[in-house]
Amino acid sequence: MTSLTINGREVTVTSGEDTPLLWVIRDELGLTGTKFGCGIGMCGACTVHVDGRAIRSCITPVAAVAGTRITTIEGLDPAGAHPLQKAWIATQAPQCGYCQSGQIMQAATLLKDFPEPTDRDIDAVMGGNLCRCMAYVRIRKAIHLAAAELKERE
Amino acid sequence: MAGLRCAPNLDAPASAARRDFLIGAAGAGFVLAFARPGSVFADPAAAIAAAAYEPNLWCRIDAEGIVTVNIIRAEMGQHVGTALARILADELEADWADVRIDHVDSDPKWGLMVTGGSWSVWQSFPLLSQAGAAARTALIEEGAKLLGVAPSACTARASTVSAGGRSIRYAEIVRRGNPSRHYSADELKAMPLKPASERRLVGRDTQALDVPDKTDGKAVYGIDARVAGMLYARPKLPPTRNGSKVLSIDDAAAKTIPGYHRALALDDRSGTVPGWVMVFADSYAAAIRAADQVQVRWDSDDTAQVSEQQILDHGAKLIADPAAGAHVFDDAGVDAAFAQAASVLEHTYTTASVLHFQLEPVNALAFEKDGRWEIHTGNQWQSLILPTLAKALGVGEDAVIMRTYLLGGGFGRRLNGDYAVPAALAAKALGRPVKMVLTRADDARFDSFRSPSIQRLRMAFDAAGAVTAMQHDACAGWPTEVMVPAFMPKGVNGVAYDPFAIAGADSWYGVGAQRVRALSNDLANRAFRPGWLRSVGPGWTNWASECFIDEAAHALGVDPVAFRLRLLDGKGRNAGSAPNAVGGALRLAAVIRRAAEKAGWGGALPADTGLGIAATFGQERDMPTWTACVARVRVDRASGIVVAERLTLVVDAGTIVHPDGALAQTEGAALWGLSMALHEGTRFVDGQVRDTNLDTYTPLRIGDVPALDIEFVASTEAAVGLGEPATTVVAPAIGNAVFAAVGARLRDLPIRPDAVRAALAGKRA
Repeated sequence: MTSLTINGREVTVTSGEDTPLLWVIRDELGLTGTKFGCGIGMCGACTVHVDGRAIRSCITPVAAVAGTRITTIEGLDPAGAHPLQKAWIATQAPQCGYCQSGQIMQAATLLKDFPEPTDRDIDAVMGGNLCRCMAYVRIRKAIHLAAAELKERE
Repeated sequence: MAGLRCAPNLDAPASAARRDFLIGAAGAGFVLAFARPGSVFADPAAAIAAAAYEPNLWCRIDAEGIVTVNIIRAEMGQHVGTALARILADELEADWADVRIDHVDSDPKWGLMVTGGSWSVWQSFPLLSQAGAAARTALIEEGAKLLGVAPSACTARASTVSAGGRSIRYAEIVRRGNPSRHYSADELKAMPLKPASERRLVGRDTQALDVPDKTDGKAVYGIDARVAGMLYARPKLPPTRNGSKVLSIDDAAAKTIPGYHRALALDDRSGTVPGWVMVFADSYAAAIRAADQVQVRWDSDDTAQVSEQQILDHGAKLIADPAAGAHVFDDAGVDAAFAQAASVLEHTYTTASVLHFQLEPVNALAFEKDGRWEIHTGNQWQSLILPTLAKALGVGEDAVIMRTYLLGGGFGRRLNGDYAVPAALAAKALGRPVKMVLTRADDARFDSFRSPSIQRLRMAFDAAGAVTAMQHDACAGWPTEVMVPAFMPKGVNGVAYDPFAIAGADSWYGVGAQRVRALSNDLANRAFRPGWLRSVGPGWTNWASECFIDEAAHALGVDPVAFRLRLLDGKGRNAGSAPNAVGGALRLAAVIRRAAEKAGWGGALPADTGLGIAATFGQERDMPTWTACVARVRVDRASGIVVAERLTLVVDAGTIVHPDGALAQTEGAALWGLSMALHEGTRFVDGQVRDTNLDTYTPLRIGDVPALDIEFVASTEAAVGLGEPATTVVAPAIGNAVFAAVGARLRDLPIRPDAVRAALAGKRA
């Protein structure tokens, strides 16, 4: 039994303590926006936030996140209208879309650390997120667009 | 590839000419559909009610004016529903805000359901246009009646019929009028299609309808499917794809895993997954762990000792036998031209195995409900696997239905629906729903990957340096032979061949007497299941043909762009023909000229930097997408590392339905080509692929993306495919650029730094 907060909701999950957080999120909690890609933390499709930091849920045992606040793509913005999500639509970034939850969650922490990211910042932080459709040109464009919107808000 | 559509293809444009078109009342609205040939019915409504219409294309207009276009194509990132719906809606003069798309489930009654070959838009454009024009005509006639004016006084725009200052919405026409119609095939053909200048949706950008759900976690893929009472399953894969038998299963260690149920050898009468053992558990996490603990002993055939080099050596042996293979082209005088040649150039090219690595591992949920088997999964070619599923389950094809989900990447992997079979067998054996998911490593090992290939190219020249003959021999595993032999056309020598393992070699260059020979690598076909992978044949035949053309140019001391333009004379079979290939080779010459100009061909460059060109007609001679690419690379001589700095692509795909979608497809396709040129590739070792996850299999990442300059030729010619052509030009453009930069000629794909270093060392020696 592990207690944690997911998208603002306190839950106690029964999956074994060594169960990867990914499967707890997907199969026990039924939040399927977080995806399974490689299982070894190298594609980024399973990226979620733990206390605001992006982690790979496929290699994170659920016991390791007991008591933390977890945010998945479903909880990033109540209306699905985070500046990144809007930018993803404006640039028509998704193709098959399978990696995009992870891309957006990773990009959300990127913008916290680098509010005005350079292309090099983007390469460095987003390099762990594989897009097999290779929609990278638009992912980069969307991140710059979202950064500009956030800056305007200030 | 004249025989490519030899199979019964309901979607072929020609079929529209033979079918009546119906608009019939159905519920509180009307259905637009093509009548089945030979069907007899009292009126259009009766035909619709009896479903006596072709299922591959139909659409509804309801009493609120909502137009729903049913899409049989798989959505895998190409936003296909949006593109297809816009073709119909444009002719219909529908308000785009009122248009919806619905991806339908597969059912034998739908006939051929396949999404691949970059065919979707090309095949559907004429049908959709005529259907839209017919419905617009009927709505104008009914609207005119309701307005009390002559149809000729009316115009239709944005789901409204107007005459003078008065107007009526389509929704009201549907409610109050009777647009039921039965158009004969000839009447349909005579429908007034709008001139290109009157298009309001085709050729304009829009936001794809499938995109928003892909940004907030709402999009549902096959892996997300669930049903009450299902058990999770992960397979234990045998040592070989074919020819393994289970000897024993020991699950003692797995019994300590909480949630573990059992392990079971599958009895597969369809022969799709021989030697599979399925491990069941309450959760997928438990199934992963339990499968690691289950010990299985297998008996395997000799393919457990087969490796990549043996497959290539076998291919070389086949190529050396002049009697082997199918002749796709075999012009008179090839042998004589080579015998009389003043000089002959010959080179051999190879490509390594390539994984699909679609990010969503293959999976399927299967269960029996009301006497029918339901398979919930993402798939590109439902009608290919349905008969196999029926055989495996021992039921009729009408007792199997595939429910459609989004595909977390297709790239050709999900054309082969083999992964649905073990899920179905497991559900049958257990008598309860089974959700099977492959881990990433399982997925790689079970992949129907792109076969390694070997190709020999020869060119004959006369004393003046003119090309008098060319022969292109290509040998690889043949996916079509293994999975759907009925799709194989016959070569001019009567031997059947896999069109998807030779297309591209049948080039549009005027090279004198030409022979194109396709050879099936039977060792590859036995050792694994060769697959169709994005851009199929041209993805590797172009590596050979476009590098070889470059080598020929350099051998003659001619500029590679000038040499290509010289060969693209547009004569004989390269003159092109209506409707798809108007202009022929001259359109290919035009994109080459433009790409060279844009990329600064012939200009000064920094040291160890070079430009390379390659061109392609895309996927098939019958459906040419004229494409040229100039790659600019920088080579580090010490490490052998090649950096792609810029790719300049010029594409003539005829009419562009959805420009931004076309650009996205071309960006992705070009980067796939780059990834296969420099970043990814594996080897087949002892019956298995060597690389099974991202620790050693290394597709292109965001930091590897070069500058991309992509231009489409403005055109109103027939719309052709865009999902693949750009993939096929990048590798040869880079190979040729490496040669231009440092003089190292690479003939094996992918280009690895050690091969570059070896080529440089060889040059010094």
